[in-house]
Amino acid sequence: MAMDLLRFATAGSVDDGKSTLIGRLLFDSKSIFTDQLESVEKTSLDKGHGYVDLSLLTDGLRSEREQGITIDVAYRYFATPNRKFIIADTPGHVQYTRNMVTGASTADLGLVLVDARHGLTEQSRRHAVLLSLLRVPHLVLCINKMDLVDYSQEVYNKISAEFTAFATKLNIPDLEVIPISALKGDNVVTRSTSMDWYSGPTLIHHLEHVHVASDRDLVDVRLPVQYVIRPKSDDHHDYRGYAGQVAGGVLKPGDEVMVLPSGMTSKIAGIDLFDREISEAFPPMSVTVRLEDDVDVSRGDMISRVKNAPEPSQDIDAMICWMTNAPLRPRQKLAIKHTSNSGRALIKDIQYRLDVNSLHRDLETKELGLNEIGRVQLRTTKPLLCDPYSKNRTTGSFILIDEATGVTVGAGMIND
Amino acid sequence: MTATHADYRLSQLDQLEAESIHIFREAAAEFEKPVLMFSGGKDSIVMLRLAEKAFFPAKIPFPVLQIDNGLDFPEVAETRDRWVSRLGVRLVIASIDDAIERGIVVDDGKTSRNRLQTPTLLNAIEENGFTAAFGGGRRDEEKARAKERVYSHRDEFGQWDPKMQRPELWSLYNGRLHEGEHMRVFPISNWTELDIWDYIGRENIEIPQVYFAHQRRVFERDGMLLTETPLNPLREGEVVTERTVRYRTCGDMTLTGCVESTASTIPEIIEEVAAARVTERGATRGDDRFSEAAMEDRKKEGYF
Repeated sequence: MAMDLLRFATAGSVDDGKSTLIGRLLFDSKSIFTDQLESVEKTSLDKGHGYVDLSLLTDGLRSEREQGITIDVAYRYFATPNRKFIIADTPGHVQYTRNMVTGASTADLGLVLVDARHGLTEQSRRHAVLLSLLRVPHLVLCINKMDLVDYSQEVYNKISAEFTAFATKLNIPDLEVIPISALKGDNVVTRSTSMDWYSGPTLIHHLEHVHVASDRDLVDVRLPVQYVIRPKSDDHHDYRGYAGQVAGGVLKPGDEVMVLPSGMTSKIAGIDLFDREISEAFPPMSVTVRLEDDVDVSRGDMISRVKNAPEPSQDIDAMICWMTNAPLRPRQKLAIKHTSNSGRALIKDIQYRLDVNSLHRDLETKELGLNEIGRVQLRTTKPLLCDPYSKNRTTGSFILIDEATGVTVGAGMIND
Repeated sequence: MTATHADYRLSQLDQLEAESIHIFREAAAEFEKPVLMFSGGKDSIVMLRLAEKAFFPAKIPFPVLQIDNGLDFPEVAETRDRWVSRLGVRLVIASIDDAIERGIVVDDGKTSRNRLQTPTLLNAIEENGFTAAFGGGRRDEEKARAKERVYSHRDEFGQWDPKMQRPELWSLYNGRLHEGEHMRVFPISNWTELDIWDYIGRENIEIPQVYFAHQRRVFERDGMLLTETPLNPLREGEVVTERTVRYRTCGDMTLTGCVESTASTIPEIIEEVAAARVTERGATRGDDRFSEAAMEDRKKEGYF
């Protein structure tokens, strides 16, 4: 059977046991290798820890080990017999927002940890807000350290109810609440014998079975053109293919399509996947499309259906997560990258700053600082072919780049 | 007939392939002068195969660059040459011997050739004016690699600064460069060793014979089995024996260890890799053993 892939991002503050949980998942699924474990054991011993510090597995940089904190997102891999997992392990420390946004931008599922003794904290609420803002379709709340509250059903019920009430204010289509002990291994990979009252899935069972294929948009055809393939060889003299990764919908030969921004229409003559022709293409396939007519198509253009095309617009209304020390201010000019398209953008207005703890909209502030999120109006030098982020995470997202330093300074999600 | 979502599923290998092809196309479109770093090992061969797919039926629109350390396995060089001629790509070779002769690096007899690779590579990038270099690094290989971006920015000294990495969001890669800087691009970041083998099996990809079990004259050093070669003189007490071995990774012949194995077909190798309890690098890479942060330190200097 062909395996499939689930990408998930972890969240929760440091003391909630995130590293232990990841260590447990890797260890129990036999994804930690003996040389890695030996190196971690040796370093733990050298540092005088009384335990094997599994966080050393994920803190890969010299400065992270020196300071004992996670600075940056790390990607980890493990697999069970029918699914492969990519974990974006995001740090719970001060620079949470920027790293959470980075890790969650590609995630199908967000995993939020809370300590059963302390219940919901500001941090767990904040992470839930961020995951919902980024439209991560599945959320798992792991109530950890159940062993320290005598595996109490009452504690579980209380936290679960509190979180569910909070989640109704957010956009979280799928929520699962699982009581675990990462340290003892309860309900992580093996079912706990200490919580008979819990009849839901173990964490690994849920991760293995959560249905992610249905999260893709198969209705609205979107193919951002990345690269025009023109071999100019004797064998393929007239070949002209538009290569890109399908961002939405299903494309078939014979379909009538429109090329944006020109608005020219044509029919799909064929879809190539390397050396074979295929009968349909869907997300996230990387394909090459040939058209019947000789229309002008170049990188940055978008192929869509005639009656269902994104709106070309130079005025963008978006939520921005700001990622650098110097604040974002009105009138600022930045480079923008949206799908395979690049241009420049002018900040017209900062409408409000969103307090990710209280969801309060601060209308007074006219700038965004590091790790702050706000609603911003931009004007771009050329039209972008946008969809709302809620409809399509690929055509609804963009990054902002500081033109002087070349650094990515903002992440944008286009509003409905 | 209405199609259901279940009809539109890609296997994880197909998803990884689609992502890698997207990265190849993106970098080829954005950078003026890319190059693919090609050693002839399994990862770089998979990279070349993915590049072939990304631009088909056109040829791969960039050359391949090999850093010849003079210590490669002959079988690896042969396979490399066959791939290069089949695909009709241009091969640029930068050799360490040549770099020593030109005074770019100094061979003091103590520094490993692996370390001399870095200045040789950086010099080749600068001399040829390459603005992006595709590398076959995988995040599962090593903990410093796990932190690396798909687009990894290098300053004008070729250095990697792990604290100054650009956030990488969605599939929107930021390829902005200043004069003299370049980007390392890692299209197979999210692949694991097992994915590589599954793909080699599925695509029936030709790889060097050293990956399959064979008889070889080897000796033990630092807990690793190294091949007998005049390039790597025996030290006192080291004894050569003939054993059935294979390589999990191909690098510098004097530093890369082999493992005892009878796996002589791809399915057998897949079975063996799936059951392995030691990482590829831990088992066979002498160059990673110098310190806890050996890879990180080398990467900061400009190693790929």
